[in-house]
Amino acid sequence: MRRVLQWAMRALTAFDWPLLTLLVLLAGLGMTVMHSAAGGTDWRFAEQLRNFTLAFAALWAVALIPPAWMRNLALPAYLGGVVLLLGVEFLGETTKGATRWLNLGVVRLQPSEFMKIAVPMMLAWLFHQRQGRLRVLDFLAAVLLLLIPFLLIVKQPDLGTALLVFAAGFCVLYFGGLSFRLLAPAALLAALGIGSLIYFEPQICQSNVDWPLLHDYQKHRVCTLLDPASDPLGKGFHTIQAMIAVGSGGIYGKGYLAGTQSHLDFVPERTTDFIFAVFAEEFGLYGGVMLLALYALIILRGLAIAMYAQTLYERLLAGALSMMFFVYVFVNVGMVTGMLPVVGVPLPLMSYGGTALLTLGVASGMLMNISRHRVAPS
Amino acid sequence: VFEFKQTKRRQQRRIALRASIAGVFVLAAFGLLGWRLWQLQVQRYEGLAARAEHNRIAVVPIAPRRGEIFDRMGNALARNERDYTLTVVPAQAGDPQALLDALGELVDLSPAARRRFGRNLEQSGRYTPVLLRNNLSELEAARFAVQSWRFPGVELNARWVRRYPYGESAAHVLGYVGRISEQDMDALEARDETGNYRGTPVIGKQGLEKTWEAALHGRTGLTEVEVTASGRPVRTLRRIEPEPGKNLTLSLDIALQQVAEAQFAGKRGALVAIAPRTGEVLALVSAPSFDPNLFIDGIDVDNWKLLNDSPDHPLINRPLASAYPIGSTYKPFVALAALELGKRDPAQRIADPGYFELANQRFRNAGGVAYGPTDMHRAIVMSSDTYFYSLGVELGVDALHDFSQQFGFGQITGIDLEGERRGVLPSTAWKRQAYKTPQQQRWYAGESVSVAVGQGYNAFTLLQLAQATAVLANGGTYLPPHLVREIEDPRSGQVQSAAAQPAHVIALQPRNLQVIREAMADVLVKGTARRAFEDAPYQAAGKTGTAQVYSLRGARYRAQDVDERLRDHALFIAYAPVDDPQIAVAVLVENAGWGAQQAAPIARTVLDAWLAPAPPADDATPTTPAALAQASAQTAP
Repeated sequence: MRRVLQWAMRALTAFDWPLLTLLVLLAGLGMTVMHSAAGGTDWRFAEQLRNFTLAFAALWAVALIPPAWMRNLALPAYLGGVVLLLGVEFLGETTKGATRWLNLGVVRLQPSEFMKIAVPMMLAWLFHQRQGRLRVLDFLAAVLLLLIPFLLIVKQPDLGTALLVFAAGFCVLYFGGLSFRLLAPAALLAALGIGSLIYFEPQICQSNVDWPLLHDYQKHRVCTLLDPASDPLGKGFHTIQAMIAVGSGGIYGKGYLAGTQSHLDFVPERTTDFIFAVFAEEFGLYGGVMLLALYALIILRGLAIAMYAQTLYERLLAGALSMMFFVYVFVNVGMVTGMLPVVGVPLPLMSYGGTALLTLGVASGMLMNISRHRVAPS
Repeated sequence: VFEFKQTKRRQQRRIALRASIAGVFVLAAFGLLGWRLWQLQVQRYEGLAARAEHNRIAVVPIAPRRGEIFDRMGNALARNERDYTLTVVPAQAGDPQALLDALGELVDLSPAARRRFGRNLEQSGRYTPVLLRNNLSELEAARFAVQSWRFPGVELNARWVRRYPYGESAAHVLGYVGRISEQDMDALEARDETGNYRGTPVIGKQGLEKTWEAALHGRTGLTEVEVTASGRPVRTLRRIEPEPGKNLTLSLDIALQQVAEAQFAGKRGALVAIAPRTGEVLALVSAPSFDPNLFIDGIDVDNWKLLNDSPDHPLINRPLASAYPIGSTYKPFVALAALELGKRDPAQRIADPGYFELANQRFRNAGGVAYGPTDMHRAIVMSSDTYFYSLGVELGVDALHDFSQQFGFGQITGIDLEGERRGVLPSTAWKRQAYKTPQQQRWYAGESVSVAVGQGYNAFTLLQLAQATAVLANGGTYLPPHLVREIEDPRSGQVQSAAAQPAHVIALQPRNLQVIREAMADVLVKGTARRAFEDAPYQAAGKTGTAQVYSLRGARYRAQDVDERLRDHALFIAYAPVDDPQIAVAVLVENAGWGAQQAAPIARTVLDAWLAPAPPADDATPTTPAALAQASAQTAP
């Protein structure tokens, strides 16, 4: 009896309560917006509820496992993931023009989703093993370990997931001590490149200008981003409509369930990738800023967990997973507000979809697990 | 321990520093997003809110008119027809049952149509138009139009639908259009073409409709309409006209095509006719065929099962997508290879006791006949296998491969129609690649024997065989085969010709060509196909073939003992007239037996139809170029 009680206590104290509170708040908000975006409590609403339940179960389970497991699982998880990705490459099922699924008879897997967690685990493990005697060669090995799954996923093609996997791995490199002398020039170069692209847009998007290295359609995609009006029937249409939805929300929003853009079918993919447009239209600038603040708190909490984690492995993993959250939010909101190109990245805990939720559940569970075994802040 | 602790503290400090920097970065990036929200929701609020609330700009695509397809005489093979439909926007239409009852008095609404409408209604959004009826008659459309004010949210639309007036005729050439599927959509997305297909419900799925999709589709136009919040149009702001799709004129002659198709009634097989001087495809038959009109609005389950499960595989485009052994029709090319490579003198006589022996293995003549001493001419005319068995060994498979390749055997011909297969032109290199174990990879001399009579590993498409015949007729000049002759812009009337340029010219000795031509001409006069070409009003050259589908391992072949699907394929190639080739044709009838009996008569009918058409009863206008030439020759003094 006592042991049962003890076990129950342990199971209940597995959570990092600040983080859990924030996540639950966000999930509640997500279901509220889903109710509006799906136009009622239809099957999508019900399925999303089920997805949340599953994700929560995963979170709880991962939070409870011994920390050593998380570390020992890194190498098998990574190797298994790469093998599955290779399996997709050669034996994968092609749906919707992209080969992302692997049918194992019993279950259908999407290994690329799994790599969002396995890649930071692997890199963190590498740095953990080599701590104290880390050399340049180790960084090169880490870059290689990151590029293999990244390129395999790009080839599927699934740019959104590839981007997230890359970001997660890159964050481990960053927290692992990638020199600022390397980081700063790279960041500067990127900023300059993007700046000049925006500045010279009218010239380089003329139809008679050929771009080196890029296909015509890729050029088209970039130019559509810079000037959505140039393709009002295709991709530009989505961006324009989403921007109108966000903008017309104004400061206070049009009110819950009253977004005309969303409810008159003008916002594309409004339950999945573009759900932020529905939210911003109905809740306005206030709602948008509150939502961003909620996300920021979650990310900052994750970074705090990283700071006080016990081992190097846990520090790196917690940092990378927190930053993955950030990349999700930034890319998605940037896309909906017309700042970034349209790539398939969902908004965490808001967009409809079971796979992404499960990944986020596991990631949050890891953060909680790490938080439970942290050192006392000194 | 101390050092470890120190490292650990240093590590912790580093993480703290880096995590702090990351935190600041996150806040800065979110600040950027917040600034963007402020920009959209505060600075640009008025403009964007106005667009959303009062003066919403609806971008309405205007679908282009799909190009039509004509045969060489201008007969429409694929055209657009007007079709009236009724659609309902649920949000504006009110109670569906009352609506259906009221509408049912004006137009015919079958119970099935009502059920389908009910189903679609449940599955679509409140503002998406749902199809209620298509194929309204003119009368029904007019009756509704007069009363339309009674039915808000119900719209009468006119659309263009694709029709194939010749039905099953040339179905594999034309292919069909069908509803844009998810896969099509993804393919369009990959090319960033989704915008160009807004407002277009169909896309080319098979045949020329698919291969020439880009030209046939055109470019979608658009109007920007100001609409009120309830969706009522106020005024048009901007209009970009659509660019209609291009019209295609084919080299195919539908009359010739139908003559050829009639010959295949109740049979399985293929026929390709090519004009050797131009590379134009005049007829391309795949039997049995199907009716492409079934696919336009989505094929129903019963018809699909019937077509897809049929053991005759009517959906396969046989001349392009099936590779066959071609039997003795290969012999003229093998003989020409021997002459060109100097391996055999045409006058040299080979003893033919009815079989050829190699390393104690006997290769028999088909039918077991012995032809005695045989020179090249006789070997082709009587189709002696023994003569070519020995030639196969002397030539060697690689030399034969290099020679035959120039005629297009085992190569993609590059015809402007999708679905072409490459087949197999065997060589030692090919075998090394195609097989795994060293034993299988080895080339055996015995295999060269059967390759020389068009059996063994040889597998060619009928298009390749027809093309090779055309190249032979054309003296070695290879013109890529093509179906589309002219591309017309319907707006400007500008016509672009799609004439083929010679891809390459095979260096052939005229005197060697002469040997082959004379022998092939004699095949039709005193050889294997003499009966089929009795009293032909032109001089033709040809070769029969009977291709083994099933190896009997030395046992004697008796058609009645073998399962029908394993019986020999009947083949025939021909071109005519010999001194000025107008048409080259290759025929294959699956599992029909002797080429001379089953395939040669079909070729004869097709050559007759092209070169000496039966004079039309009341209309004296000749319809083929050859007949035109003849007619002008007759009127000349």
